[in-house]
Amino acid sequence: MQSLSFFRGATRRDPAPSRLDYRMQRMMLTPSFRALLRVGVPMALIAIIVSVWLDRPENRALVMHSYAQAIQNLHNRPEFRVATLDITGASPETTAAVRAVLHLSLPVSSFDLDLTAMRHAVEAIPAVRDATLGIGPGGTLQVAIVPRVPVAIWRGDDGLQLIDAEGELVAPLAARTDRLDLPLIAGDGASDAMAEALQIYAAAGPLGPRIRGLVRMGERRWDVVLDHDQRILLPADGAPRAFERAVAMQQAQGVFDRAIVALDLRNEDRPTIRLSKAAPDAAPEIKASITGTGQ
Amino acid sequence: MQNLYQSQRAMRNMRKAAMQRGVVAILDIGTSKIACLVLRFDGPDRFRPQDGVGAMAGQSAFRVIGAATTRSRGVRFGEIDAMQETELAIRTAVKAAQKMANLRVDHVIACLSGANPRSYGLEGQVEVEGQTVGDADIGRVLAACDAPDFGAGREVLHAQPVNFALDHRSGLADPRGQIGNMLTTDLHVLTVDQTAIRNMLHCIGRCDLEVAGLASSAYVAGISSLVEDEQELGAACIDMGGGATSLSVFIKKHMIYADTVRMGGDHVTADISMGLQVPMNNAERIKTVHGGVVATGMDDREMIETGGNSGDWERDRRTVSRAELIGIMRPRVEEILEEVRARLDAAGFDHLPSRQIVLTGGGSQIPGLDGLASRILGQQVRMGRPLRVQGLPQAATGPAFSAAVGLALFAAHPQDECWDFDIPAERNGGRSLRRAVKWFKDNW
Repeated sequence: MQSLSFFRGATRRDPAPSRLDYRMQRMMLTPSFRALLRVGVPMALIAIIVSVWLDRPENRALVMHSYAQAIQNLHNRPEFRVATLDITGASPETTAAVRAVLHLSLPVSSFDLDLTAMRHAVEAIPAVRDATLGIGPGGTLQVAIVPRVPVAIWRGDDGLQLIDAEGELVAPLAARTDRLDLPLIAGDGASDAMAEALQIYAAAGPLGPRIRGLVRMGERRWDVVLDHDQRILLPADGAPRAFERAVAMQQAQGVFDRAIVALDLRNEDRPTIRLSKAAPDAAPEIKASITGTGQ
Repeated sequence: MQNLYQSQRAMRNMRKAAMQRGVVAILDIGTSKIACLVLRFDGPDRFRPQDGVGAMAGQSAFRVIGAATTRSRGVRFGEIDAMQETELAIRTAVKAAQKMANLRVDHVIACLSGANPRSYGLEGQVEVEGQTVGDADIGRVLAACDAPDFGAGREVLHAQPVNFALDHRSGLADPRGQIGNMLTTDLHVLTVDQTAIRNMLHCIGRCDLEVAGLASSAYVAGISSLVEDEQELGAACIDMGGGATSLSVFIKKHMIYADTVRMGGDHVTADISMGLQVPMNNAERIKTVHGGVVATGMDDREMIETGGNSGDWERDRRTVSRAELIGIMRPRVEEILEEVRARLDAAGFDHLPSRQIVLTGGGSQIPGLDGLASRILGQQVRMGRPLRVQGLPQAATGPAFSAAVGLALFAAHPQDECWDFDIPAERNGGRSLRRAVKWFKDNW
């Protein structure tokens, strides 16, 4: 009999899933699809929200500003603050020069310091041979300086200069008497042959106190200038050996105690002596001494 | 037959793919219920230590992770009658099983009980090429079986080599590698109606599933409910379903005969419905709760309310004694069993060394059926329940599920079929190859 009840009669639900329902369930059971739902959909949602929000210029500016602010705050933290400058291994003048070159307005954040550039700047100072920069504990910028050591005084066109073993100018010098301990050199290109000049000085021996200085001649060879306007002309090659020979001549015969103007050693086989005009009568002795050395 | 060979091979490949993925569904489309099991294959040794059963028939290779049963719709006599209805029912079962397994299944192995199966015993004989029997020889001997005309619209469902003989030695299970001259094989071929298979494939295809195998329910019910020595010594499995009663005869672990009687439990229900003038639902309920086939004096006094549901509840309070109910049921059950007996006689079941008969299927649960069956079929009758497989829910362990469980076993360990062996080239692709060579010779 037909059921009279309205609800029971018309629609008895079919338990079978519809085609769409069935496919939906199968799709939801597909592992890759589930992974997509679990990861892809939230990511897409977040991307959409972020892009919509960033679409407005003031939001973008806010982001940039807060980013910059955060960076600034981080830089200004006390852990990164450099408050003092500590320069070691330099003379007071060099220290002042380094301070002037670095030109720091302390305190400063360590993020704002370009140590490499600062090192190059410090090493550009003539008196500084090598510089090591580092930020030490307690917010100290430590600058360790290896200064250039002057080994000679160079008399140039624009006054006296201190010069180191590598031929680099260290500092100007006011007067020769300020550094009597250093030898004097002169002439164009003298700084390029500093090693040879130092060897010559080292070999001076008894002639040492009499040396006034070394003069570079024609950027090629050295002249040793002694007191009493005497000169030793050294060859371009083997100058220290030739000078040792001159020293030996002085030790053996006291050559430079006599009235000579110059000893020319440029030709190794034939040392030549130039006599002073004030001593013509000394010629026989000199002759004898020359024959003596010639043997 | 060539077309079928290809399609069966395609199904085999599909099955391999499903095994690779590790998940396959079992679909038992019956007349009264549709069962869907989702199996997971984890390799043979995965569950062995903990289940305590051991490798019984190798079923420990898989476990059931989803099971669902639904009332069948649109199926009559084990064949699909109303396709849309059946599709809905399949979808219901598959959906529920997938939900339980929490896994999507794409491959399904199905069985069908109706479709007029017919058994053929074929014989083939070839000379062995070379010294020993190889795979190619087996392919040749299977191809050499002279198939009779199966008739129009018939399709081969199973083609299993059940016996090999090499010269004078018979009863070889696997002759490969043995030395001999003449190789003979016995091939059991089961053909079914093409339309029934087509309908089923179409139905399953409409549910977005790929068919990875087909089997006869008579065969798979035998696999699951016959124990090993019964299969070895000779036994018949009678699967009493809703719309069809299928029977299969096994010996030496091979099915040698299968048939279907197009009567089943639904006919008993229909008889009750007509005899007591009650709706089918009530008749089904009366049958399952109070049914029986052997009447005793007690049954005359046991009154059953039929619940006519005629709308006049006040007056329509008919009752019927259980003896009457048995009087309605028994003739139909006897008829079914006698029909089965006739089929078994036709198959020569009497000549088997052991004539064990196993009753299974939902219809076999009628109380007293074993007594009735032993009077009709023979002395050695027992009730069969399917093998226990891992993970099967308690509700699905009854005899009604022997086909489904057997299908699961079949999926795990399929029998060698004719299409597992390569058909020799001279029968298969040889001609076309020769044509191609000839074309080249003519044109170049």
